[in-house]
Amino acid sequence: MPDYNEFLTRIFEILKPFAKQGIILNEDSELVTELGLTSLQVMELIEQIEDHFDMSIPLNILPDIRTIHDLALQLEKLTD
Amino acid sequence: MSLFDKFLPIVKIRSELQELGVMPFGAVTEKILSATEAIVNGHKVILAGTNNYLGLTFDPECIAAAKRAVEEQGTGTTGSRMANGTFTEHVKLEQELAAYFDRKHSIVFSTGYAATMGMGSTLAGPGDVIVLDADSHASIYDGVRLGGADIIRFRHNDAADLAKRLRRLGERVENTLIIVEGIYSMLGDQAPLADIAAVKRKYGGTLLVDEAHSLGMLGEHGRGVAEAAGVEDDVDFVVGTFSKSLGATGGYCVSNHPELEAIRFAIRAYIFTASPSPSVIASTRVALRLMQERPQLRTRLWENAHRLYDGLQQLGFAVSPEVSPVVAVTIRERDQAVSWWNELMQRGAYVNLVMPPASPTTDSLLRCSVSAAHSHEQIDRIIDAFASLQRPAAAGSQ
Repeated sequence: MPDYNEFLTRIFEILKPFAKQGIILNEDSELVTELGLTSLQVMELIEQIEDHFDMSIPLNILPDIRTIHDLALQLEKLTD
Repeated sequence: MSLFDKFLPIVKIRSELQELGVMPFGAVTEKILSATEAIVNGHKVILAGTNNYLGLTFDPECIAAAKRAVEEQGTGTTGSRMANGTFTEHVKLEQELAAYFDRKHSIVFSTGYAATMGMGSTLAGPGDVIVLDADSHASIYDGVRLGGADIIRFRHNDAADLAKRLRRLGERVENTLIIVEGIYSMLGDQAPLADIAAVKRKYGGTLLVDEAHSLGMLGEHGRGVAEAAGVEDDVDFVVGTFSKSLGATGGYCVSNHPELEAIRFAIRAYIFTASPSPSVIASTRVALRLMQERPQLRTRLWENAHRLYDGLQQLGFAVSPEVSPVVAVTIRERDQAVSWWNELMQRGAYVNLVMPPASPTTDSLLRCSVSAAHSHEQIDRIIDAFASLQRPAAAGSQ
């Protein structure tokens, strides 16, 4: 089962195009307010993670996710 | 941060639209002239965005039945189905719906929204799983969120992706409700229900299909996509509305599961609201009969759908992926869509303007819906209105 760091690495890879010039993505980067992801883009991010790790991510976790750290943490919980 | 700050994006869009001199949301129908014509925001228009698929809203038999019901039973029931709001006619409509769908059990709801929201929120609860098509209607999303089940989306109309999700669930599939629609309301595309049913047969789960936009359109008896695909036996629950093909308001759920009679008393959207008014039940019962007696309405509807779809496609507009009574033109730029919507109104065609997040992508839509009541001449006038739109030199569509 993938752990927190594996999820983190993959999320960084997927979100690379969203990092504005001069800004380095980190665990505290906020998906919507900082990186500007729309709700549709958040769903695309989720789908890419699902495909990569062959897992299904319930929408129920979304209200608890603000940052990249939050997302990786929730994903790790799902695989527990 | 004030209580109202979260509404600022809506305030912003409204003021931007106001600056453009257009208010497409909440357009006022000042006078309804027929099933296909009205005066809207001061313009006499052909109604090409009302979901009045069979054009029964002005049918004399439906009107006579509604009038009679008002005179004999009053204007409203003033109560819940569980208290004083079940009249003999509500029960008769449930029996007639069950007979029409060839199912044993049926529930009538006060709106289509209540039907899908109520079933979605009640059938699956905490510990259960809902696997739903990503492009599901808001009423489905609202319902499943209320229920507390784990909610998993699969890619729109992608049976292979659904299979993947069900496989991953393992034993939990026994507690899984799969939700799809027959025809999707925004683009008019049909669910690949034969493939979805095959996936369900292989992996398990319980299947609910919302036939809101497909009732009266597809299948030998007009029962919808499940009938047309020959997979009604694989569908556990069918939900739908009276507010489209049947020209009234209200909703239903039909099923062969005897548990539906118990589930009825657990659906808060059924219990804590007043039942449909007698006039609504009366006109719906007649419309349900007429829909069966007049298959020519379905033929006419599809003729009109093809006529509009072909006409708009020939003009170079980016139309829906397949022909259906919902014909949507996709437009990348929101302001272009707003401006065209306004031009169409002035040229005598009312269509629906759909902007994200209501549209399934980041594009906007000019969504048309045709009716069996449209004459060919009216369809041609809608096409002419589109033809006269001011289009950028390179391309009129994206």
